[in-house]
Amino acid sequence: MINATLKALSQQLAAGAVSSEELARHYLDRIDALNPVLNAFITVDRDKTLLDARAADARRAAGNAGPLTGVPLAHKDLFCQQGWKTSCGSRMLDNFVSPYDAHVVEQCKAAGMVTLGRTNMDEFAMGSSNENSWYGPVKNPWDIQAIPGGSSGGSAAAVAARLTPVATATDTGGSIRQPASHCGVTGLKPTYGVVSRYGMVAFASSLDQGGMMAQTAEDCALMLNVMAGFDKRDSTSVERAAEDYARDLTRPLAGLKVGLPREYFAEGLSPEVARVVETAVAALKKQGAAVVDVSLPNTALSIPSYYVIAPAEASSNLSRYDGVRYGHRAAGYTDLIDMYEKTRAEGFGAEVKRRIMVGTYVLSHGYYDAYYIKAQKIRRLIANDFVEAFKSCDVILGPVAPTAAFDLGSMNNDPVEMYLSDIYTLSVNLAGLPGMSVPAGFAANGRPIGLQLIGNYFGEARLLNVAHQFQLATDWHTRAPAL
Amino acid sequence: MKWEVVIGLEVHVQLSTVSKIFSGASTAFGAEPNTQACNVDLAYPGVLPVLNEAAVDKAIHLGLALGAKINQKNVFARKNYFYPDLPKGYQISQMDLPVVEGGQIAILVGDEEKIIRVTRAHMEEDAGKSLHEDFHGLSGIDLNRAGTPLLEIVSEPDMRSVDEAVAYAKALYTLVTWLGICDGNMQEGSFRMDVNVSVRPQGQEAFGTRREIKNLNSFRFLEQAAKYEIQWQIDTLEEGGKIQQATVLFDPDTGETRMMRSKEDAHDYRYFPDPDLLPVRISDAWIARAQSEMPELPGQMKARFAAEYGLSAYDAALLTASLAQARYFEAAAKASGQGKLVANWINGDIAARLNRDGGDILACPISPERLAGLVARIADNTLSSKLAKQVFEALWESDLSADAIIERDGLKQVSDVGAIEKMVEEAIAANPKAVEEFRSGKEKALNALAGQVMKASKGKANPAQVLEILKNKLAG
Repeated sequence: MINATLKALSQQLAAGAVSSEELARHYLDRIDALNPVLNAFITVDRDKTLLDARAADARRAAGNAGPLTGVPLAHKDLFCQQGWKTSCGSRMLDNFVSPYDAHVVEQCKAAGMVTLGRTNMDEFAMGSSNENSWYGPVKNPWDIQAIPGGSSGGSAAAVAARLTPVATATDTGGSIRQPASHCGVTGLKPTYGVVSRYGMVAFASSLDQGGMMAQTAEDCALMLNVMAGFDKRDSTSVERAAEDYARDLTRPLAGLKVGLPREYFAEGLSPEVARVVETAVAALKKQGAAVVDVSLPNTALSIPSYYVIAPAEASSNLSRYDGVRYGHRAAGYTDLIDMYEKTRAEGFGAEVKRRIMVGTYVLSHGYYDAYYIKAQKIRRLIANDFVEAFKSCDVILGPVAPTAAFDLGSMNNDPVEMYLSDIYTLSVNLAGLPGMSVPAGFAANGRPIGLQLIGNYFGEARLLNVAHQFQLATDWHTRAPAL
Repeated sequence: MKWEVVIGLEVHVQLSTVSKIFSGASTAFGAEPNTQACNVDLAYPGVLPVLNEAAVDKAIHLGLALGAKINQKNVFARKNYFYPDLPKGYQISQMDLPVVEGGQIAILVGDEEKIIRVTRAHMEEDAGKSLHEDFHGLSGIDLNRAGTPLLEIVSEPDMRSVDEAVAYAKALYTLVTWLGICDGNMQEGSFRMDVNVSVRPQGQEAFGTRREIKNLNSFRFLEQAAKYEIQWQIDTLEEGGKIQQATVLFDPDTGETRMMRSKEDAHDYRYFPDPDLLPVRISDAWIARAQSEMPELPGQMKARFAAEYGLSAYDAALLTASLAQARYFEAAAKASGQGKLVANWINGDIAARLNRDGGDILACPISPERLAGLVARIADNTLSSKLAKQVFEALWESDLSADAIIERDGLKQVSDVGAIEKMVEEAIAANPKAVEEFRSGKEKALNALAGQVMKASKGKANPAQVLEILKNKLAG
């Protein structure tokens, strides 16, 4: 049962081979045993979980079960969930118990899924290593000296360590794909607007997108069927007909055109990641896919553009944490300004403060045009690059990160070096496209390496199809760390 | 030195929507603190704004009424600053692309009509309220008002006197209430004015340095504050001082303005387009629909009243000070066929009464139909002007018709030639001295005789007829 997929658990529950409560106990016990080392969860609440599980069993007994009723999952700790602490990995929200459910949480509840707990993350989703959490870093289950990736490191580690079959996550600049790659799990960031952001604590509103991590592409498809859909409470949610994201899973790859952007295979890519990607390309070719050379000429500009736009939006989004209505408030202060300053100085960590300062700077009078407006123009160029590239291919394939997971603490003094490692993931967010990370091999030190697949707008079904077919032909996704 | 005053206004008009501009919470005034603030208004983590299209619709109506350009793509931006009554740490407003640009409004000062240009009107959300009393050294925050839709209407610096500024503010007030986009309740803050004031030597082209008086919620305060500020600026300059650009507050208790913050302290609001909201798209069809819903506007109605009923521009302007007043006038004018007389009554006796009682036309106890009944009896000579006043008093106090009052009190003017002739003959017979005087050339004696006739008729004889018959008899 440890390695059971979402699909398998769904079948076992339907067959009555296991109850939801039994499943919940199994995972809770495993979390109890392993979380002290991995630190993947911020909050676990056995009573709440078991209550949910018994309700799911009752629903099944009443004959009202859906495909995922009774299946356990974990939520990244930035999806607001009524009655649960929703901390965003920040001291600022350490005392914040959400009074309401995010759209994603509502959808999962409606499907009858059972919450195991809330996963650790970089504070306010800012980071690529999960070292920016108020609750301490998450350890990579493959090697506890390694970072799990970020910001959804807790979700990635939890799925990799089989503490949950599936976890929700978010991706603003690679926060699903990069930790999925580093932890050897399958992750999907949908097209911007496919999953409602309502109740998802904002980092950078125009880039944030909810998604998930699981063992397989098929599981991701089942989860997306639950999470996606128009929500009028999010003005950027896209109103489209509902679709079954699993519909194309079995489609053969013959005739598929895979674009390889030459900029993704240039300087900076480690040889072992290059080798893993090349091996994966060979596997796809074997299944009938054709390879096309494409160009994304503005790739290098994605870093400066992203690190202007994301902090700008964040500096404004995080202004609400002022100690007035909820969250942390400094214990002693002399006046209003002192209260604000102490509260925010204590409540936010170093990386969050750094981005608030950068964001405040680039929006300031006299700098706005040179930074923010310029970055928006570059953003359009980057999106146009993809439009051009997709004229000659169906999916784009490349690395997720330049290297496998680095060591905990190894980049602490060099934030810019860390920003540079986001080179292959940022443009997807800037363009609003769907992207996946699929397990594709290992580095010499045993740390996993993922393959990035980028789809055209609303091309999730095709993307999942390619990933699923790849997983039928390979077994990287079935490998689990020894714990 | 002679100084010229330059004034521009920024008016915050609260749009009369049922719910807030970005949330479903009620906008009703006066509820218990924080009972009309939902998760969105409280800026909980993860909440998102959703635009209330009713606010946009009202803004379009104003734009059309001003003859302005409606920006069919307009953009909400964040205005960032920290204050406890601003829950998100930013106000959602509009900056580069407001919903309305340009437009104008005509004002009347004395007999002079003047056009005041409008720069722009943009939508934004109101902040909450900080309560500094009753909390033992702490401040309370009431977020009921947070998120209430506002339309900020910015004028060009086209006004050259306080009178013009007040006339502009009143004309704008008339327009927004006329259109029904604002409830006009100034005590509750539905119409708040910021006034930019500067002075310059007569003949100088460059503007002087301005100071902005914030948040005036009555026309009287606007007048007092602007007058005080102008005098303060002139005094300062004449004493050799300089005006520093600043924001000032008006204290109604002292009648003075005082500095709130100087230009150096001004915030950098770091405006940028709100990524949570898509640009607002206004279709041609939406504008056409709003256009089809537009009522006849105050300016149009004023011109029509003057032409159709033969009124002076001044009278027509008074009658169109509010839609209710204009409707009242037109109902009475149509029912009586006597526009001019109706106008005189409304702008005269009725206005004086209402002014005394502090009400508007909606508080007038005489319906347009009953006023028409009175006016009809004046026009057909049933009532002299003196009797008419008497009937008016009775109309105000009762709900009888003018005819019923005339009947009840026997106030009919006597126009029966035979009856008047008889009274005239009696008067001539009884006042030989006056007759003698008149015949010897003293015209005034005629008035004395007419007065005798009127007295004999208890004031009911038609005075014009009395004079005519008297002249004939004396000549004969």
